[in-house]
Amino acid sequence: MADNQNAAQVYKGIGVGRGAVAGPVVRANPAPVAPADAPPPQNLDAAATQLTDALAAVSHELQQRSEQATGTLAAVLGAAAEIAADPELADQAVEKVQGGTDPAVAITAVCKDFADMFLAAGGYMAERVTDLNSVRDRVVARLLGLPEPGVPGLKKPSIIVAQDLSPADTGALDLRNVLGIVLEQGGPTSHTAIIAGQLGLPCIVRVPGAAFLKDDDEVALDAARGTVTVNPDADTLAAVAGRQKALEALTEDKSDGATSDGHKIQLLANIGTAEDAERLTNEAVEGVGLFRTEVLFLDAQTAPTEKDQTAVYERTLNALGDRKVVIRTIDAGADKPLAFATQPNEENPALGIRAYRLNRIMPELLDTQLKAIAAAAKQSGHEPWVMAPMIATVTEAKDFAEAAHADGIQKAGVMIEIPSAAIKAKEILEQVDFVSIGSNDLAQYTQAADRLSGDLADLLDMWQPGTLFLVNRTAEAGLATGKPVGVCGESAADPLMALALTGMGITSLSMAPKAVPAVRFALANHTFAECQEIAKAALSADTAAEGRAAALALVKPEVREALVLEK
Amino acid sequence: MERTAVIASKLGLHARPAQTFTKAVAASGAKVTIGRPGGKAANAASLLSVMGMGLKGGEEIVLVSDDADVLDSLVKLVETDLDAE
Repeated sequence: MADNQNAAQVYKGIGVGRGAVAGPVVRANPAPVAPADAPPPQNLDAAATQLTDALAAVSHELQQRSEQATGTLAAVLGAAAEIAADPELADQAVEKVQGGTDPAVAITAVCKDFADMFLAAGGYMAERVTDLNSVRDRVVARLLGLPEPGVPGLKKPSIIVAQDLSPADTGALDLRNVLGIVLEQGGPTSHTAIIAGQLGLPCIVRVPGAAFLKDDDEVALDAARGTVTVNPDADTLAAVAGRQKALEALTEDKSDGATSDGHKIQLLANIGTAEDAERLTNEAVEGVGLFRTEVLFLDAQTAPTEKDQTAVYERTLNALGDRKVVIRTIDAGADKPLAFATQPNEENPALGIRAYRLNRIMPELLDTQLKAIAAAAKQSGHEPWVMAPMIATVTEAKDFAEAAHADGIQKAGVMIEIPSAAIKAKEILEQVDFVSIGSNDLAQYTQAADRLSGDLADLLDMWQPGTLFLVNRTAEAGLATGKPVGVCGESAADPLMALALTGMGITSLSMAPKAVPAVRFALANHTFAECQEIAKAALSADTAAEGRAAALALVKPEVREALVLEK
Repeated sequence: MERTAVIASKLGLHARPAQTFTKAVAASGAKVTIGRPGGKAANAASLLSVMGMGLKGGEEIVLVSDDADVLDSLVKLVETDLDAE
């Protein structure tokens, strides 16, 4: 196979995680597009029947898949099945067909009418547009005789290659047979990349060259280097195997996070559900640094009751036992809409009434949640730390801490993710027991760059001097007040950044559990003074690339090699 | 014939309440339309149409059908707080 024409070719992208893997490509099928200039059907009745048959078949198929699935995925598929069976959808499309429109064009047009109506209705209705589009794509594919859009069923361990994957596509993956993911588009903080990171799957995003990959092409992924090698040679395959072995060895060290001279840094896990907490039983993490409670709310049509919430928090606290648990109060809005709380018609939801700001219009949400957490603490006998997201002012921090303390919560803190909060970090810390930096949102708001935009990935780079300045300012406020300052964004998972953060005086790092071993290894091989030098080097650079390079130059060569830390 | 009803579900005819309502219409077998007073009427058996109207809690709606019994039971349904169940 590997003759000269097939010599190894390397495509470059942005890697998520540090893994490496080799295997055959399976392409996710793109969504089909109805040809707008399609001629009118010759037999109108036959065309109408073709359309209603396609709708019925899609509804049936989605219903079956929904019954085989569980949880969120089952609900998503069930909702889509119901849309496909909607009488009005069929009636309006058939009416267009009877008027001489091609069936694929007709269903596309009717779906667009409903989508526009839903978008105009605003709020969580906009979420239904995804379901509507997925129904449209399936029906159009069927009418045009094209393969079903999305990821096909996997018969053997494979590497998924797609233009992009929606969270629903990612959720529908048969993980037993997924070796890795390559996306032509997407960004390193898109939800698919984050999910892949949590699952420890090597994932490379923004690989334009992936457009040339075909089913059954052999490829090797190196997430640490961000490369996709087509037809890998023996050396590349040996390097893949070597990396897998090195990463396995790293996971065997289970000690607490500390520099080589004993300066302690708590290494914590980010979780979203009580089940995640239970999976941590055997993981070498010192606790949970971020429990994203909105997952509890995202699937719900109404706010979960105090009793329901208490049960989830209690399960989480019991799962972690004496280990630390930081619970973040509801962070909904923007890219995480809620059925019952999202504000309709916000022009700019990332800057709108989201997260702690929901307290302005639905104070009962936070009130119920704090009471539920306090009840769970009492019943489990374990005291959680509780923090509020999207705090902009000292007053908000003070109000939140007072409310939490009044409910009997002992440790109340806030997230630092808005620049104004980082600027006033010292005054905020004087009002609360701890803070935690949400580095993804802090980067987004500091650089005014949408964190979901792949095209702005360079601005969202955590090594951007402006963003790092605010992180350091927050760390300094922690040192001045003697209170803990954690980091719980993606940046905590980068071993090089973890060294710099430690040097700044950050006291805990929370990340996907899979990322902990590499960070632990990096810390254990440097002294605290060396970390301080690394921080200083990063902070005094003029650009993100220079800052990272200056930090990297101070890292021990053996650590650079083992973790593939490169320019 | 037509009947008016006031939506009792706090969050309006969204999501689950809308589903309960459209399923009841479909199960009745009768042709029923739903609309705002003086507004455009839509197929009451269509979840997409009903949700697309964005009907809020406390809003008045007009139901039209030939079947009086079906109308009576639908009015009752709309005037029940479906979120509470």
